Amino acid sequence: MKRRLNELLLTLPSFAWLTVFFVFPAAIVMVLAFKPSDPLGGVAAGWTLDQVKELGDEQYLPILWRTLWLSGATTILCLALAVPMSFGMARIQGPLKHVLLLLVIVPFWTNFLIRVFAWKALLHPQGLISRALQSCGIIEDGAVLLYNDYAVLLVMVYTQLPFAILPLYAAADKFDFGLLEAARDLGASSFRAFRSVFLPAISSGIGAAALMVFVCTLGMYVVPDVVGGTDTEMIGNKIAQRVQSDRNLPLASALSAALLVGVSFLMIGAWWWRNRDYKPKEANP
Amino acid sequence: MDDFLIFDRVTKSFGASRAVNEVSLSISRGEVFSLLGPSGCGKTTLLRMAAGFEAPDSGRILLNGKDVTALPPEKRPVNTVFQSYALFPLLSVFENIAFGLRVKKRSKAEITREVEAMLALTQLTDHAQKRPSQLSGGQKQRVAIARALVNKPEVLLLDEPLAALDLKLRQHMLTELRRLHDEVGITFIYVTHDQGEAMGLSNRIAVMNEGRIMQLGGPIELYEKPQNRFVASFIGDANLLAGTVVSVMNTGLNKIQVPGLGELLATSSLPLSVGETVELSIRPERIKQGEKSDASTNSLEAVLDETTYLGSSLRCVLVTSGHRLNVDLPPQFAALLNKGEKVRLTFAASHTIALPSSVI
Repeated sequence: MKRRLNELLLTLPSFAWLTVFFVFPAAIVMVLAFKPSDPLGGVAAGWTLDQVKELGDEQYLPILWRTLWLSGATTILCLALAVPMSFGMARIQGPLKHVLLLLVIVPFWTNFLIRVFAWKALLHPQGLISRALQSCGIIEDGAVLLYNDYAVLLVMVYTQLPFAILPLYAAADKFDFGLLEAARDLGASSFRAFRSVFLPAISSGIGAAALMVFVCTLGMYVVPDVVGGTDTEMIGNKIAQRVQSDRNLPLASALSAALLVGVSFLMIGAWWWRNRDYKPKEANP
Repeated sequence: MDDFLIFDRVTKSFGASRAVNEVSLSISRGEVFSLLGPSGCGKTTLLRMAAGFEAPDSGRILLNGKDVTALPPEKRPVNTVFQSYALFPLLSVFENIAFGLRVKKRSKAEITREVEAMLALTQLTDHAQKRPSQLSGGQKQRVAIARALVNKPEVLLLDEPLAALDLKLRQHMLTELRRLHDEVGITFIYVTHDQGEAMGLSNRIAVMNEGRIMQLGGPIELYEKPQNRFVASFIGDANLLAGTVVSVMNTGLNKIQVPGLGELLATSSLPLSVGETVELSIRPERIKQGEKSDASTNSLEAVLDETTYLGSSLRCVLVTSGHRLNVDLPPQFAALLNKGEKVRLTFAASHTIALPSSVI
C-alpha cells in the first residue's frame, strides 16, 4: 500500500502539469467547437452544432486526403531512413556512436522555423540544391522546386527524422546482435536475418516511431506554409486560417477537436495492438 | 582416420594481438574434438572461423576436402551452439528449432516431422509452444542444440555450451551431449575452458594458449604425458619442481638434481642432455605416504602444513626445503596425520615427468 502511495506521489507533479496545460486546454477546444461564432472574432453565448456540420463541407475533403497521404508518406520515408540508421548506430561501438547520436540531436539546437526557412533558401531557383541539380542537368534552368507537395514532403521528412531515429535507436540498442549471427549460422542470408530477426525485435520501436512521426505531421502547419504553395494546404493550415484570417475560433476548435479525436483513436488502436495477447507466431509470416 | 575438417596454418589478429597464431589442425569425421584453454587463448576465435563469423588473415580452412575459407556462415554445412544460446526471444521453442528449415524452404509437413523428432530427441516435446524466456537454463541449452542439429550439419560447433549452468546440471548435460553424439554421430567441436568437460567428452583435445596449440592428444595422454609446463599445470594441478639433468641413464630414466631435495628419478618423452634445466611434474594423487619400495621410486620427507578434507581424498600441503607439495592421500589419513608432523612420501619415477624448460 505504501509503495502504491509513493508511486502516486511521484506521478503527481507530471499529472498536475498535464491536467493544467493539456487536459484543460483540450477540454476548452472541445467545448468551443459547440459554440456559435461572434462576428468580432469572439465566442457567442449559447450552443450550436453549426461548426460540427461545417466540417462536412466539401472543401475539407481534399485537404484531409492530402494531410493523410503527406503524413503517411512522411512516416514511411522516415522509417525507411531511420531503421537502417538505428541499426548502424546500435552496431557501432566507441566514440563514433556518440558522435552520431549528437548529430541526430544537433538540429534541435536551431529554431524549427529557421531550419524550415533554410530549406526555402536551398530549394530556391538560385539556391544551392537547385543550382547543383541544374548544373547536373537533372532539372531545367529556373525550375521551381518549392511550393508543391514534394517540397512539403521533403522538409517534413527532414524535420521528423530525429523523432523516428531516437525511439528506433532505443529499441535497436537493446537488441542482441548475437541473434543475427545465430540466424546466419542457421542458413539465413544477412538480409533475411535482418528481416526475420532484427525487425520483429524492434517492432515496439517501429510502432513508437511511426506513431510519433504520423501524429506530429498530421498537425503540421509551418512546413506547408513556408515551402508549400496555395494547393498544398494541410489541416493545420486550415485551422490557422480559421483563427488568424477568419477569426472564427469555434470553427477552428471544431477542426482541432476532429483532429484530436482522430489522433486519440489512433493512439488507442496502437495501445490495443501492443497489448494484444501473445500467440506463438511462425518465423516466416 | 580421414581428415575431415582441416585448419591449415590459420592466423587471425585483432589489432596488435594475435588471437590465433599459425594453427594447423586436422579433425576426423565423427570425433568429438575439444579446444581447451584459458580465456583469450584463441579457442573461440578458431571456432568462429570454422563457423564463418571471422575470416582468417592467412591460412585455409578445408571441410571435407573443400576450401570453405571464403564461404559466409549461411553457406557452410556447420551449425553452432552459442555460449549465450542466442535463442530467438519472440519465437516459440518449436519455431526456434524450425528456423533453419524454414529458411531452407522445406515443406510444412517435413518441418513438423523433423522438428518433432528433434523435440523428442532432446526431451523438449512438452515445451514446444513455450517461449525461451519461460525455460530453465538446461532447457534453453537443449533448444540451442536441437536448433543446430535439426539442420543435419556435418560439424556441430559448441562454444562453451555449459558455462552458464550450475555444476549438477553441467554433469547431466555432459552425459546428454555424449548420448546425442552417439545418436547423430556427426563431428563435434567443443570449446571449453573446463578441463573436466573436455576430458569427459572428447576423443582428442587441443590444449591452447596464446593463440597456439600447446599439445594435442587424447585425455589420458594429456594427463599422463604432458609435453610442457603449460599443459602439466593447466590439466590437473601438477606439482612443478625446477631442476637440472645430472645424468641420462640407459633405463630411459634421468637423474635430476632439484635444489633442496637432492637427486630425483624422472621419465621424459623427449631426449634430455646433461646440464639441461628441466621442470618435474608430479600429480598430487601419484604421491603416496610410506617407505621407498624399489630402485625406481623417489622418496623424500616433508612437514605437513595444512589439510583439506574432500570426502573422496585428503588434500595435503607439505613443505620441504622451501618447496610446497600438493599431495592427495586416502581420506582415512585425516584422522592419522597432525599438522607439523614429518611425513615420508614416495612417488614412482614413471610418474615423475621431466619437462624441458625450453618448450615454454
